[in-house]
Amino acid sequence: MADEVVLLDFWASMFGIRVRIALAEKGIKYEYREEDLRNKSSLLLQMNPVHKKIPVLIHNDKPICESNVQVQYIDEVWHDTAPLLPSDPYQKANARLWADFVDKKTKGEEQARAKKEFMESLKLLEGELGDKAYFGGENLGYMDIALVSYYCWFHVYEKFGDFSIEAECPKLIAWAKRCMQKENVANSVPDQQKVYEFALHLKKIFGIE
Amino acid sequence: MSKAAGLLILDYWVSPFCQRVKIALNEKGLQYEDRHENDLFGGKSELLLNSNPVYQKVPVFLHDGKPVCESTIIVSYIDETWSSPPLLPPCSYGRAQARFWADYIDKKVFDATGNIWRSKEVNVEAKNEFIGILKQLEEALGDKDYFNGATFGFVDIIAIPLTCWFLAVERIGGFTVAEECPKFSSWTKRCLQRESVAKALPDPEKVYEFVLMFRKMQGID
Repeated sequence: MADEVVLLDFWASMFGIRVRIALAEKGIKYEYREEDLRNKSSLLLQMNPVHKKIPVLIHNDKPICESNVQVQYIDEVWHDTAPLLPSDPYQKANARLWADFVDKKTKGEEQARAKKEFMESLKLLEGELGDKAYFGGENLGYMDIALVSYYCWFHVYEKFGDFSIEAECPKLIAWAKRCMQKENVANSVPDQQKVYEFALHLKKIFGIE
Repeated sequence: MSKAAGLLILDYWVSPFCQRVKIALNEKGLQYEDRHENDLFGGKSELLLNSNPVYQKVPVFLHDGKPVCESTIIVSYIDETWSSPPLLPPCSYGRAQARFWADYIDKKVFDATGNIWRSKEVNVEAKNEFIGILKQLEEALGDKDYFNGATFGFVDIIAIPLTCWFLAVERIGGFTVAEECPKFSSWTKRCLQRESVAKALPDPEKVYEFVLMFRKMQGID
């Protein structure tokens, strides 16, 4: 039986980006369905009744939710190509720790205090990267996918917060650019300028200054 | 019980996150050293600060000196390193479901208890949110004995230590879980009958005393 893979997603979602990259890395053909978040489809509500959020991965009619769970699922099911997680349990635990750190710490906000914390988190991540080409070592891995999904939003944080990430964390930006040179990543990530315009639009709607 | 070289957990008695790790080790029949951090509010040990520089929190699990942090990640590590008995289901879809519910529990349950016991006045909204979360978990449980199915496993381990805080939540919030979520209550009792769980968990009365002391310290009471 041929695998049927559907991804319910939203173009600017960093969580959706992760799944797109993982599917591309594994060379999996799938149907991409764009969701209107103000008018969620009945399929989305049916497949993710708990959180009612994208992305939702549907594999042979069975839903999997939460981006990091989805990436691990993809890695396990299509395990004979492009491994995303290391096989060694200790290294696996380390990759999971840093991916979890990314989710806990890199939520962008415009306040000065959040900016300082955000930069500190990025510096910690730079430390973890060290001299490696990727967090995964020589190849793109689980942790790279978790963080690069935020990259298109960095431009937004920089503009809103009026600071330069590259000035403070040049190694991290070099890593991000390296990832973006990979076709699977570049094709999965929306244009930074489009994301910025979207963020401005949200700002207007919600009346945030 | 099998002995494996150098298993150490940096622990704090009331932390449900530490208890997850102990249950997992107990389930695997492993012996370990349980080292107590006595003062998390000002005097964390050097070993803790060095082995968890990112968060500086317990639990930290040290396997032959190599630290693993974050309780859910530690439990996965233990399951992957010592394969018997397995804590996660064998099929990828089942594992994805287990990880999803572990993530849900991590995101929702402890904070929801905190919204009740950190509140000066009885907070009806917080109580309803908490009950809603337990009802969601009841749905996930369905008619199964455990979240995994017929056998105790990963999701059960992630959830059960949090129930030690429910007595405090009940007394402060003015309700009982048994009345509002009987299925969840039955599952709790079933898990507590397991030796691996019973010997890892503190007496809920002691947790309640801890909560009262914390409330006084914070000027809530």
